Amino acid sequence: MAQSQLARSEQINGWAFILPALALLGIFMVYPILWSLWMSFQTGRGMVMSFGGFTNIVRLTQDPVFIRALTNTLTFLAIQVPIMLVLALLFANALNDSKLWGRSWFRTAIFLPCVTSLVAYSVVFRSMFGAEGIINQMLLSLHLIASPIPWLADPFWAKVVIVASITWRWTGYNMIFYLAAMQNIDRSIYEAAKIDGVPAWARFWYLTVPMLKPVILFTTVISTIGTLQLFDEPNLITLGGPSDSTLTLSLYIYNLSFKFMPSFGYAATVSYVIVLLVGILSVIQFFLARDRRA
Amino acid sequence: MSNPLALLGRAAQYALLTLAAFVSIFPFFWMLIGATNTSADVTKGKASFGTALFDNIGKFFTTLDVPRLLFNSFFIAGIGTALTLVISSLAGYGFEIFRSRFREKVFAGLLLMLSVPFAALMIPLFIMMANLKLINTYQAIILPSVASIFIIFYFRQATKAFPHELRDAAKIDGLKEWQIFLFVYMPVMRSTYAAATIIVFMANWNNYLWPLIVLQTNEMKTLTLATASLISAYVPDWGVVMVGAIFATLPTLIIFFLLQRRFVEGMLGAVK
Repeated sequence: MAQSQLARSEQINGWAFILPALALLGIFMVYPILWSLWMSFQTGRGMVMSFGGFTNIVRLTQDPVFIRALTNTLTFLAIQVPIMLVLALLFANALNDSKLWGRSWFRTAIFLPCVTSLVAYSVVFRSMFGAEGIINQMLLSLHLIASPIPWLADPFWAKVVIVASITWRWTGYNMIFYLAAMQNIDRSIYEAAKIDGVPAWARFWYLTVPMLKPVILFTTVISTIGTLQLFDEPNLITLGGPSDSTLTLSLYIYNLSFKFMPSFGYAATVSYVIVLLVGILSVIQFFLARDRRA
Repeated sequence: MSNPLALLGRAAQYALLTLAAFVSIFPFFWMLIGATNTSADVTKGKASFGTALFDNIGKFFTTLDVPRLLFNSFFIAGIGTALTLVISSLAGYGFEIFRSRFREKVFAGLLLMLSVPFAALMIPLFIMMANLKLINTYQAIILPSVASIFIIFYFRQATKAFPHELRDAAKIDGLKEWQIFLFVYMPVMRSTYAAATIIVFMANWNNYLWPLIVLQTNEMKTLTLATASLISAYVPDWGVVMVGAIFATLPTLIIFFLLQRRFVEGMLGAVK
């Protein structure tokens, strides 16, 4: 009997400790996400909504702005995430060298961008990429370009600015994960490979990268989720423009809900596109990483 | 001493890192330089220190109610961080110490929700806050982020290293479960709390999208939000914008330099 009393008190305590968090998550996460699913089948303006069935989904397929926002978001994802992760790996590999002079200084410098607030760095970047701004001045004086690049006025270059900005902000963050994982790898493996005459690039590619696979997967997943939700940078650096060339899904949802006459139902439908994309891409990445091990 | 190829590799290594470090640090310099220049000079890309610093700071303080903004930012981030740590560490501790098959399923469910994008929550959350008449209040900003799945997970991982003997000894001494948590667990885990404080405070301080939606009057805005609104003017005063950017960055930068190791530990924590 004492035993069962103990088990019961364990049960009560177990729930008591997690209950506050569960209640809050229920109110501010589970309920909203279900509500938003329900809302995605509603049409109407403002708070007046009625059931619209698949109207919103049909509207999605015929909405050129949505298609553009989706294409832009996927373009950022496909270009920015690989560039950033490769750079992070290269930097981590270069820093993972005990004989390197100024190692901690380099590490701190490369990590520093991810200490800044997204808003602060976004406004700073916007000032740097003006037509006469410092970036053009530097490129001109280095003779890398013949005439100033219209960074924020041209659809292509505006995308480049967004990719460059996010890469600046997050490369150091990912590098720290790789560096920590590299320091856990047994040094003797490298010594053995060195003695066998394996060149440095092959040691990196055939030893380091496979052993970092779990961390690479983790960083890929969080970067994917982050990029799919991209909002701050396009809203502050390029304002989604020029002509919607840097409009992202999150920015479009914000515009639909809070900028014009609110269209909450349709905005909820667009937000579920992000939910689906996050889900699908996470599953794909997970299975890709698992298959390669076999 | 070594062969030329290795020497070349060494040079490439330094070149790569120097370039990366330069690119990483340059925007910080630019922010400092910009704060000392007039708006016209910032736009023209003038790369040397100017004389407009005090002018810019003066304009920053007259355009915005800076003490109020600082109060809002510190209040929201401070209270938000304290509540997040209490609620989420309780849950992390609870999940790890009192295991049951059903609670493990709940935990797996939480992990699944970790990737729910905020974009899919913001519309219902906004309507909810509007119905509760909480738009433009501190509560509306703080409450939705208090139960953080990431921090719950972080504390559960950290609790695995919490010695069970301590809990057993405290039980024999007659402490109740909440007393064990308060007087044994929390002091023992203080470095975990420190690392979590840094990441949560930073996330709260830097939050932009949700405050942008919920905070609608100038006297409720955070420093981050007000800095962002400075550039929405038709012709932004870039010198003043740079001063704002410095103010918005300084707290997290100071925390980083004071507690560098904890800072990095906090970011890595959940993965180990």
